[in-house]
Order: sequence, then structure tokens, then C-alpha cells
Amino acid sequence: MTEDNSTLSPNIPKRPRTIDVVRKNINKRNAAERRFQLYGKVAIALAISFVFILFFDIINKGKGAFVQSYIALDIYLDEQQIDPDGTRDPAVIADANYFGIIRSNLREMFPEVSSRQERRNLYSLVSSGASYQLADLVREHPEYIGNTFRLWVPADDDIDMLIKGYIDRNIPEDDRRIKDNQIAWIDKLNEEGRVKTQFNTTFFTAGDSRDAELAGILGALSGSFFTLIVTLLLSFPIGVAAAIYLEEFAPQNRLTDIIEVNINNLAAVPSIVFGLLGLAVFINFFALPRSAPLVGGLVLTLMTLPTIIISSRAALKSVPPAIREAAIGLGASKMQMVFNHVLPLALPGMLTGTIIGMAQALGETAPLLMIGMVAFIVDVPSSFTDPSTVLPVQIFLWADSPERAFVEKTSGAIMVLLAFLITMNAVAVFIRKKLERRW
Amino acid sequence: MSVVMGEFMGSTGLLLCLLVIGFIAYQLGIRRASALVSGRISQLHSLPHYHGYFSALAAIGPAMIVLAIWLSLHESIIMNMVVGNLPETMTNKTDGEIKLLINDIRNLVNGNVIATNLTPEIQQAAKLYSDHRSTSFQLLTFVTFAITLLCGLSGYMSLSKEKRARNAVERFMMFFLIASSTLAIFTTVGIVFSVLYESISFFGKVPFTEFVFGTQWSPQTALRADQVGSSGAFGAIPLFVGTLLISFIALTVAVPIGLLSAVYLSEYATEKTRSIAKPLLEILAGIPTVVYGFFAALTVAPMIRNFGTSIGLDVASESALAAGLVMGVMIIPFVSSLSDDVINAVPQSMRDGALALGATQSETIRKVVFPAALPGIVGGILLAASRAIGETMIVVMAAGLAANLTLNPLDAVTTVTVQIVTLLTGDQEFDSAKTLAAFALGLMLFLTTLVLNVIALHIVRRYREELEV
Repeated sequence: MTEDNSTLSPNIPKRPRTIDVVRKNINKRNAAERRFQLYGKVAIALAISFVFILFFDIINKGKGAFVQSYIALDIYLDEQQIDPDGTRDPAVIADANYFGIIRSNLREMFPEVSSRQERRNLYSLVSSGASYQLADLVREHPEYIGNTFRLWVPADDDIDMLIKGYIDRNIPEDDRRIKDNQIAWIDKLNEEGRVKTQFNTTFFTAGDSRDAELAGILGALSGSFFTLIVTLLLSFPIGVAAAIYLEEFAPQNRLTDIIEVNINNLAAVPSIVFGLLGLAVFINFFALPRSAPLVGGLVLTLMTLPTIIISSRAALKSVPPAIREAAIGLGASKMQMVFNHVLPLALPGMLTGTIIGMAQALGETAPLLMIGMVAFIVDVPSSFTDPSTVLPVQIFLWADSPERAFVEKTSGAIMVLLAFLITMNAVAVFIRKKLERRW
Repeated sequence: MSVVMGEFMGSTGLLLCLLVIGFIAYQLGIRRASALVSGRISQLHSLPHYHGYFSALAAIGPAMIVLAIWLSLHESIIMNMVVGNLPETMTNKTDGEIKLLINDIRNLVNGNVIATNLTPEIQQAAKLYSDHRSTSFQLLTFVTFAITLLCGLSGYMSLSKEKRARNAVERFMMFFLIASSTLAIFTTVGIVFSVLYESISFFGKVPFTEFVFGTQWSPQTALRADQVGSSGAFGAIPLFVGTLLISFIALTVAVPIGLLSAVYLSEYATEKTRSIAKPLLEILAGIPTVVYGFFAALTVAPMIRNFGTSIGLDVASESALAAGLVMGVMIIPFVSSLSDDVINAVPQSMRDGALALGATQSETIRKVVFPAALPGIVGGILLAASRAIGETMIVVMAAGLAANLTLNPLDAVTTVTVQIVTLLTGDQEFDSAKTLAAFALGLMLFLTTLVLNVIALHIVRRYREELEV
């Protein structure tokens, strides 16, 4: 038959058989398939490599922040200079010129230094905090007066960079912050065993400072702590209550709809807008103190509420209706059913959501800038109304400082922040895995 | 710190006192309820612990409300009284100067004396202020305890065998639940009002059309009349363009990578790869933006600059490209998890149908799954765009302050969020066009992201409903 047809109408070309079309294209299609899979793999590899590059870069820059160089000075405390009357009165001891003692000590070590410029370079080998360190030591141990002892004082931040090997000695003297004679002095001190690097406790025990070698994150950490306490105390009960109402009690009406739309929108409002709200309402209207963890906590509460509400609702949803029916069937009121039976089962899920919300709040910076938590604050805050800053804002402030040493401190602070976040998320995952019940 | 600190410690102390009283009232309520029926609980209408809750609520509930209202208002009332007491010559000034005056008084009271011109009037006012404060606080303590005693006693006395304590407590709980859930509405209203109010006074100073269509942005207003070069121009077009440019760069990075990785993870990857790769991707979402900002400013920007210089391009040290690229990395997990959701929502039967017709897997994905998921993916991309527009820290740290009207990604541009931060964190002049401009920008930002979110959520929801039917 087919032959007949073709002979009848020779002008109509023969239709290609499907199998031929498939065979002809199959290689191309398979190649396309492989290409497509490759794109996917490349995309994932890229995304994951960003994670590693980021972590590698931060750790590489910040690992030095956890050690600090110290220089040994052999200090002789002349009684005539410090406590001429021998009273050992703390006020007299505190008044002595420790600054001068450190300086004259450095001069004695390098007697060849004569010109003013050279002396200035010599003095800047050690941190400006050295004299306070000495003063504190003498106050606590007056018995040192009249004796000679070895004191390890922190090196100045530029010298610290030199000792850690971040400064290229080969570039011309004018292009680096360290002068040739300073390098020579440090090398000499090093040969004499007067230079050491050890764990930097200052980084964890001090507040902010203009001098990198004296700056620490304790102030920022306690600011973050107070802020998060406020956030947690407010957002957890309110968020859970809102979720319970919406999931268990709310009738299907306009009000409920409006609430739901609002919550979903608030979850996507830029965080800086919450900062504007905090500035206008809490600070300008209610006249709450600026820069205070209390206000920071309030702003972060409003910001994390949607997260907590959404995850708490999901947790409530996952509790099977049978539990509710059983409780009602035994004569519990609706409120008793929710609080005595449903809530305990949903709590692990709610906790997971809350911890993740808290982790977000811990890393948040922008809204806190708006309410004045960016001030330079040396004192470690001790209450909810003390002016303070938080860890991410501290990172932001340090990142602005041009010194090489602050880059290291910034990365160090980032590592601490990330460690906290990773811990919080790990706890959340643990709770989800261990405590959450699957039905 | 002294006075304010002492007082807050005092109010915390008061709060703790109330909590202790509440606990005691709870215990007393339980005791009384059991005593009423001499231990035969079944005769009570409500279980004893409901009587306990009822007494505790009666004791401290009203007092707490009074405490909260008092503490939130007394500061401004006292300040008004103090300012009202100042001599006429000091108060007939602009709002800004009065605010400065108030600051002086506060600084003096709090003991951080950096206040400059300490006239006797101010010292007197400061004394008056701290006097008023301590009076107010004593009064508050007295009122709180009086209310506690009164309400607590009447609540306690009202307990009886038939007392519907459970219903009362449940009504209160219900009130708390509803109040908590309406907080979301109040937050939105608060945002709208706070930015709108300040924006309206801004548009009183700078015409709306100039703000929206002007191409010149230099918010430095003259402090003195004879100052040159600080005319104060508030044309926000360069900011909008800068914001869009950086967001566009971010999306060109994030959308392909996020989408392709979502497709690969949900369609090709084995369970094991998925369980490793997905959490790794999510890490990107958990990193604080300030860390990205630091990375962009100190690692990516110099890298791009060096690379540009090496091939003879002139790259600004704070280029839009650096900020955009890093922001793109930040929103990758956002795009990928949203796309993952919508791709998984495409019914398996559609895939099976395509595969049964002989399509390869990639053809199925490109010609069947992808078109079906497209609305959801578009919704996700819109959400990601709103994220990018509202992102602050990366651009504050890595993009510049120069308001250049340019589309060249190698130039420095500035964004809406950067300007809000700079305008509000510098030395503030109260009620100047400069600070108010920040709120006007905030309003624009809020409206833009709101519209994007509403559209995106609407699309995503519609799409879900369509597929589920």
C-alpha cells in the first residue's frame, strides 16, 4: 500500500519515521541532558565554594586576633619616685608617673637613641595601656616597690603586626607604618628573648578601645546578652500566644485575615524600617534612653515576632487532631486542651523556631544603628539601660578602622559571632531531631 | 547614670516585688479554695489552682497595667513640666533648640557632665527634673502597692465554692492571646505612622516632585546662613537607580545559581548529596549581613579593583559590583529554598507523563516542570528582589556615599538604605530636612518592599491553589 501511495503522489516527500528522528537527535538531546546536569552541579559547587571562601577568608584574617605580642620590660620601681614618704597610701601610689617609668625604662634599654623623633618611635613600641597595667600591678602588689621585676606589656598594634609577620620588611620605609629602627629594636629584643606571643585575654575581657591591642569584645558581648534577654522575654510568650490564637481559636473572619497578611508582610519588611519605627516610637515618643539594650531588645522583638509566630504555628499544626479530640472528649475546656495537651507537644518545635529567631536577632545590625547603638562605648554595660553596643555593631565599627590590627580584631569578632550562631543553630537542630515527635 | 539607673533598678525591683506578691497570692488562693470545701475538691466549680491564678491575677494584673502606663508616660510629662517652668526667654525657641536644652538637663541629671553652657536656670531645671522624678517614683510605688492590696484583697475575698474562677482566668488568657496576635497589626500601623508623619513634614520642606524626580542628591544643608556649598538637594533618583543597579547585579548572581541548584537538588541529587548540600547552602542564609559587608569591603572590592586595574579598567574602590556580587551570594539560599518549594509542589504525575512520552529528564524539567512552577518561581524572585532592595549592611560597608547617577557597575553608587543610615547616624540636627529625608526614604523603601511582597505572596498563593486543585 505504501509503495502505491508514493507512486501515486511522487511530489509529496516521504514522511520520516519517528524512530529515525529520535535516533538522529538522541545524541544532541543526551548532550543537552548532560550539559543541564553540569549546570546544576556547577551552581551548587559555586554556592558551596562561596561558603568555604568566606569562612577561609575570615579565619585567615582573624586567627591572629586571639594571640597578642608582649614585650618584656625589666622595671625598677624607685620608691623615691612612687611613694617618697613610704606611706603605701593607694592614692599616692596611683598618682605616680608610671608613664614616665615605662619611657625611661625603654630609654635605658636603648641608650643610643637620642633624637626626639627616634625617642617617639621607641616609646611607641609598647602599648599606651602599659602604664595603666603597671599602675594596677603596683596598686595590687605594693611590695614590688623598691624592687626590680620583669613585666610583660602588650606591644603596640603596629609592632604586634610586625611580630606576627604581617608587615613586609622589603617595601620602602616610607610606605609602611613601621620604621627601620623600630624593626631593628624589635629584632634585638627578640634575640634577648624579650618578645613573646601568647593567648590574647584582653580580647575577651576588655571593652572597646581606640588602640587595637587594648580593644576587646566583652562590652559588645554583654550588650548583645542584655539585648537578647529582652528580646527573648518579650518575643517568646507573645509569639507563642499569637500562634496559639491564630491556630487554635481564631474564627475565619476579616480580622484574622488582616492579622495573617500583616504577619507575612512584617516577615519581609527590611530590618532597617524596624529601626526607623524604634527611633520614632520608643526614643522620640516614649523618651526611652538612646543606645540602650532595652530599646534594642524591643526593636528586635518586633522584628523576630513573625519568625517565631510562623514556626510556632507550624509546630501547632503538626500536632494531630486526635489529641485535641481526646482532651475535649474527656471534658477539658478548649483552653485546657490547648495549654495542657497541645502546647506541651508543640513546644519543641516552638523552641526550635525561637532559637532560630534569636540567632537572627543576634546577627542583626541595621535597626540597632538607627536607635543609636553605634556610639563608641568603652565601659562594659551592666544593665538594660546602660549605653551599649552589640557584637555585630562592634564588627561594623571596627571594620571602619583603617589599621591592619583592627582588620584582625574585626575578623576575630566575626569568628566569635559565627561561633555563637553555629552553636545556636546546632542546638535548634538537636532539639528538632531529639525532642520533636513525628506522628 | 545615677538617677535614671537607680530608677530603672527601682522599677525592676518593683516588678520583682509584684511577681513575688503574685506567687504568694497564688498559693493563698489555692489554700483558700481547698479550705472552702474542706479538701473535697469535687465540690468546687473550678479546680483549686484556678482559684490561685485568679487571686494572683487580681492582685498584680491591674497594678502591672498602671505600672506600664506610668513608666511609659512619666518621662515626657515631667520634661514638659520642667520646660514649662523655665523662664520665657529660654523656651520661645525652635523645637530643635528646646530638644538640645532637654538633652543638657538630662546629661546634667545623669551625671555625664559634658553639657556646655550650664546656666543657673539649667542647673535649677535639672534639680527640678530629678526632684519630680523621685516624687513621681515614690508616688508610683505607693499607687502600685495600694492597687495591689485593694484588688488582691477583693479578689481573694470573692473566692467561693461556686466561684467561676476557671472561666475568669480563661477569659483573661483569651484576652492575652488576642492582644498578642493583634500586635502584628499595631507594628504595621506603627511603622506606617512613624514614617508617614515625619515624611509629611519633610514634604512640607521639600516638594514631593523634587524628591521623586530630582536627579541631584546632596543632603548637607547649610548650618549657618553664610555657608557655601551646602545647598541641600533632595532628588532621590540617583539613590533609586543605585539601589536598582546593585539589586540587579545581586539578582543576576543569585537567580541562576539559586534556581539551578534548586533544580539539581530536587530533581537529580541523591538523598545523600541533598542532605549534605542543602544545609551547606542554608549556612549562607544564616551568616549575618555585617559579615558579608566586611567580606565585600575588604576582600571582594579590592580584588575587583586589582583585577580591573590589571586589564586597564578604572574601578572605583567602592564599586557597585562588589556590593552586588556579595549581596547576590547572600540571597542564593533565599532563591534556592523558595524555588525548591515550588518545584516540589509540581505534581509527580506531570513529570511521569512527560517521561512516559520519551522526554529526557532535562526536557521534562525545562518544558514541563519549569513552566508549571514559573509563577511560584517569579514570586520567589520578587521576594528576593525585595530582600535585595532592603538590604542595608552590605551596601553601607561596601557601596559608597557618592550619589552618582550611573549604570556603570564599576562606579561607586549609593542606595536608599545607605542614605538612611548615614542621615540618621551622623551628628543629628533635629527636625532638619536632612533627618526627615531619612524617614521619607524609609517610607519609599517600606512601600516598595510592601508592594513587592504583596504581589509575590499573592502569586505564590494562587500558584499553590492552582496546583492543588
